[in-house]
Amino acid sequence: MQRLLPRIITFVCGMFLAIQYFIPHKSSEKVYETSIDWLIIVGVFAIVLGILSLVTVNLEKIRRKSAGYRHAWVLLAGLVFMVVAGIVTGTGQDGLFLRLGYNAILNPITATMFALLAFYIASAAYRAFRARSVLATILLLSAIIVMLGRVPAGEVIPGIPWLTDWLINVPNMAAKRAITIGLGLGGSATALKIVLGIEAPHLR
Amino acid sequence: MARFNILELDRRFIFLMIFLSVLTPLFLPAPKTVKVSPEVKKVYDRIEALPAGCIVMLACEYDPSMSAEMSPVNMVVLRQCFRKNLRVLTTCLMSNGVSLVESEINLVAAEYDKKNGVDYVYLGYKPYPAAIILAMGEDFRLAFPSDFYNTRLDDIPMMKGVKNYQDVSLVLAITSTSGIDYWITYGQGRYRFPLAAAASAVMAPNYYNYLDSGQLFGLIGGLRGAAEYEQLAKKPAAATKGMLVQSVSHLLIVGLIVLGNVSFFVARRRRRGQE
Repeated sequence: MQRLLPRIITFVCGMFLAIQYFIPHKSSEKVYETSIDWLIIVGVFAIVLGILSLVTVNLEKIRRKSAGYRHAWVLLAGLVFMVVAGIVTGTGQDGLFLRLGYNAILNPITATMFALLAFYIASAAYRAFRARSVLATILLLSAIIVMLGRVPAGEVIPGIPWLTDWLINVPNMAAKRAITIGLGLGGSATALKIVLGIEAPHLR
Repeated sequence: MARFNILELDRRFIFLMIFLSVLTPLFLPAPKTVKVSPEVKKVYDRIEALPAGCIVMLACEYDPSMSAEMSPVNMVVLRQCFRKNLRVLTTCLMSNGVSLVESEINLVAAEYDKKNGVDYVYLGYKPYPAAIILAMGEDFRLAFPSDFYNTRLDDIPMMKGVKNYQDVSLVLAITSTSGIDYWITYGQGRYRFPLAAAASAVMAPNYYNYLDSGQLFGLIGGLRGAAEYEQLAKKPAAATKGMLVQSVSHLLIVGLIVLGNVSFFVARRRRRGQE
């Protein structure tokens, strides 16, 4: 029963929402609205579970003094600070949360982390982007053309803008369409398997 | 003393070159023109053609890490909307971007003397974008009973008679992640509203196929797209300035790739000569 009941719920919900899409009636739409409400409520529970899991894992790390346990302290302190500051002082422009937590800490940290990528990409491009084979050479040349074609400096080089547009609109688009259609078919097949109970990853 | 070998550059030297290539162009004049692509022009023209009072929905999903690319798009579109007296409805379905987007709206709104709740509404953040996009298709109040400042939507003058996507003229998803997929699949796919996207340069090539299919009517790709938009709006700002930085740094990276390959082939030739 423990396994049968969730499968029945999955089947009924899955089939209903699939059929509902094709029923343009008020009562059908009302049920659909309610199901979206449920979806949001279930999602909120997932956040609670996520926070609990994060806290448990990090407290365990601190208790065992395992590698990098000091980082766990920082993480938990940040979590508590942001929650308390947000609740106590609000999330508006004048709150402590925004001035200190967001503008002075989170904003520069995330921007800095991403900016560092430019340095590592340049270094990696110099070291690893090699024309070792025909395919690698095609990839290398395409990358160089698109990199040049997407900045004003490349526009003055004859042929580069046209080649860039061609690379994006023809080979790139063909590959993306194939991937998208493949993903769509794969997703539909997986959804059907779950709805019909052939696969039940949510019960593992 | 070790001899300097141009073919075996120390990574710290590469870091220094990148630093200078980003820093130096900031002190030089920005390029005067940028070639405007049709997919960017379509977004600009569509918003430009809207009569005053129409509602443009901006779905801003980016955080500070991507603000260098995405904020210029948000700012220039907001300026265009406010200049044309269009009303703006904004969401931010990315938790780390909520305050960033709010500060940008307030900044541009102050420039045009626009009032919160009358000329623009900021709904803020809710988790689970797919569910929220679906819910807004039925009723904005289902996903956001109140706005970012905890004012009930029913008490906001701008939201009177505004129920769902059918009441907005278009949606522009300004997204640095694959959040555009949600807007295409769950938003435009189900509720059939005009949708355009502004994506980071890395993500933009993924969405060109949706232009041909008509699921997107326009696409603003990365900082370059923002610079094109600034040129159309005749408001050169951060993106236009950034074009020179991108030009120099891209040329440097291309140069490094070429140099890396030269060193690779020279080393391989030497190895083969010794064998």
